[in-house]
Amino acid sequence: MSATTKANSADLTAASAQAAPVMRGARILCEALVKEGVETIFGYPGGAVLHIYDELCRMRDRLHHVLSRHEQGAIHMAEGYAKATGKPGVALVTSGPGATNAVTGIANAYMDSTPLVVISGQVPRKLIGTDAFQEADTVGITRPCTKYNYLVKDVRDLADVVKEAFHIASTGRPGPVLIDIPKDVTAETTEFDYPERVFLPGYRPYQHGDVEQVRRAVEMMSKARRPILYVGGGVIHANGADESLELAARLNLPVAPTLMGLGCFPSGHRLSLGMLGMHGTYWANMAISESDLIIAIGVRFDDRVTGALDKFAPQAEVIHVDVDPSSIHKNRRAQVGIVGDAKSVMQQMIDLVSDEAAATSKSRLADWWEQIEEWKEYAPLTYEKRDDVIMPQQLVEELHALTRGDAIISTDVGQHQMWVAQYYPFNGPRQWLTSGGLGTMGFGFPAALGAQVAHPDKLVVAFVGDGGFQMTAQELATAVQYKANTKIVIMNNNYLGMVRQWQELFYDRAYSHVNMEWLPDFVKLAEAFGATGLRATRPDQLRATLQRGLATPGVVVMDILVAEEVNVYPMVPAGAGLKDMVLK
Amino acid sequence: MRHTLSILVENRFGELSRIVGMFSARGYNIESLTVAETLDPNISRMTLVTRGDDDTIEQITRQLDKQVRVLRAVDMNGVRHIEREMALINVGAKAGAERQEALSLVGIFRAKVVDVSDEGMIVEATGDWNKVSAMIDLLKPFGIREIVRTGTVAIARLAEQTLDEEVAAMIAAAEA
Repeated sequence: MSATTKANSADLTAASAQAAPVMRGARILCEALVKEGVETIFGYPGGAVLHIYDELCRMRDRLHHVLSRHEQGAIHMAEGYAKATGKPGVALVTSGPGATNAVTGIANAYMDSTPLVVISGQVPRKLIGTDAFQEADTVGITRPCTKYNYLVKDVRDLADVVKEAFHIASTGRPGPVLIDIPKDVTAETTEFDYPERVFLPGYRPYQHGDVEQVRRAVEMMSKARRPILYVGGGVIHANGADESLELAARLNLPVAPTLMGLGCFPSGHRLSLGMLGMHGTYWANMAISESDLIIAIGVRFDDRVTGALDKFAPQAEVIHVDVDPSSIHKNRRAQVGIVGDAKSVMQQMIDLVSDEAAATSKSRLADWWEQIEEWKEYAPLTYEKRDDVIMPQQLVEELHALTRGDAIISTDVGQHQMWVAQYYPFNGPRQWLTSGGLGTMGFGFPAALGAQVAHPDKLVVAFVGDGGFQMTAQELATAVQYKANTKIVIMNNNYLGMVRQWQELFYDRAYSHVNMEWLPDFVKLAEAFGATGLRATRPDQLRATLQRGLATPGVVVMDILVAEEVNVYPMVPAGAGLKDMVLK
Repeated sequence: MRHTLSILVENRFGELSRIVGMFSARGYNIESLTVAETLDPNISRMTLVTRGDDDTIEQITRQLDKQVRVLRAVDMNGVRHIEREMALINVGAKAGAERQEALSLVGIFRAKVVDVSDEGMIVEATGDWNKVSAMIDLLKPFGIREIVRTGTVAIARLAEQTLDEEVAAMIAAAEA
């Protein structure tokens, strides 16, 4: 609704209705956030958001604010919070550099479909377009990396905009929504009347799948001889972990999650094949390659999963369920495309599976399961331990053992991320926070802090590389200030390991600027920030160091020196088919 | 193949940019684009011509449809419709036999001359893309000095319900 029509309707009802309280824009924003159930926002102040920060100061008891040390950190924290809870994360930054620093985080949330509401200050309306101090075209800059964005030009629109922003961010395929507010709009006053519903006639997220298509899908699933359930982040966004387990169990289906789907199906379950894709398990990749039916739910046939598309699963028919209609047929044509929420559609499927199909599934898929077992025996995930140096996989396994698989783990991007995906079997959803789509180094540590704010009593571990940690290490100050109990494990191989691996394999070992010839002393760095620093350099120190670090209250940085030139295997080389995996 | 898309979008700040940005971000071409408001001033119609195979066009319409403020995006190639565009063509045909010949072409295409001088004339031509393009080709030997084309607009042929009516009903339903 536009401001003018709203003003008119307000005039008409003014006589009968109780007068709404008059507030300035900054207060309206904060009250609207409270109405949306927001408890914590992550932010960084500046000139254009001074009025908003003034209100935050008065509303301390109702709206908690976490001060990051860089706007990128604030957005990653909000994303970690959102991934760990399913609720939209909220961040507040100032105009110009505040907003541009936030862009990496916003783009990261967009690629991983994380619900965020980002509020940015803007220069006063009369200065927009004059190249004013700390002016940037924030709406223009963030347009390609937000699900939607707003420039609020009239304080009377503000409450409606906030309501819409939360609705858009958290429904359908979730994503970040940015609200850019000129400073003078936050100073203007109007009545605060929070709307109860949104008016978005062109925005109709799907919930249930088309009944006829679901019926066709279940028929195909009941007949398939070599089916595979390919599940991704969409299942986690839809809170569909229980349904994926029930559906798979009912039809005895092998299940392979994507990187973003880890945790949406219990990793230790007999039906789980482990992760698909470039660094997925041999047997999961072989199974999808040889399948006759792919049941793809909340996934997008990403290039890191499919390898070369023209060689991907040539004999398979595809059932594709996704809440985003544009995901279906985008990379791989589906025989049955179902637009809908993953949880609802899986429930529809479960309801339609006949007792007969369920009862015969074991015998029908006996050969298929036997074949999968053979693949599993042929090339299990394995590595060799050494006496003189800690192996990176060993570090992950040790961490898994000490945390009993129950920790919330966040990572950056690269080798350490893949090793966690391979060697830390997750029991449930929202336990795994990683940057999948954009691949943002520096994501892991601030995301862990955001998750820790949401779950102060849970064990949250930022598992990072020596490269990525240096990109957002300044947030150690944030962590210590708010007395977080977050543990940071640095898998320190002194290299930008994944780039080094590619240079080794595809560029004749010509290592070009991947060796961190100078690293800070991470123990002293931790201490400088007021955190605890520990180090392990030999295998015999590994367990004790991790144990001590996990048991020490407060922020702990564990610098774990691992073997330097180890590669992540299996690996599907770029441009190759999934079956052309390099095993070691 | 050439496709004409009709997009009804809420008439708001930044929407045109969001839609055009989607084309450039995903590597699709825009051959022509026209935008103006509809009977309902809150709604704009964009008529956009692009090229691509069936899969590409399907992906484009899905990407358009999922935009928050897009009310409806239709590939007009799948609908019986009428297309028109207008071109203003500055032809350097000087007075004399040459001009007579050019004028007879103008007559055949039912175009009209809107400005004339010793140096040449400006022709206003209306028709579908093929007709306007054909006329331009035939006028080329006379020396075309400048062309301004509006880009294609398209409207569905008479049917039970127009696109505008469909969208109006959609909005009424959302308001209820």
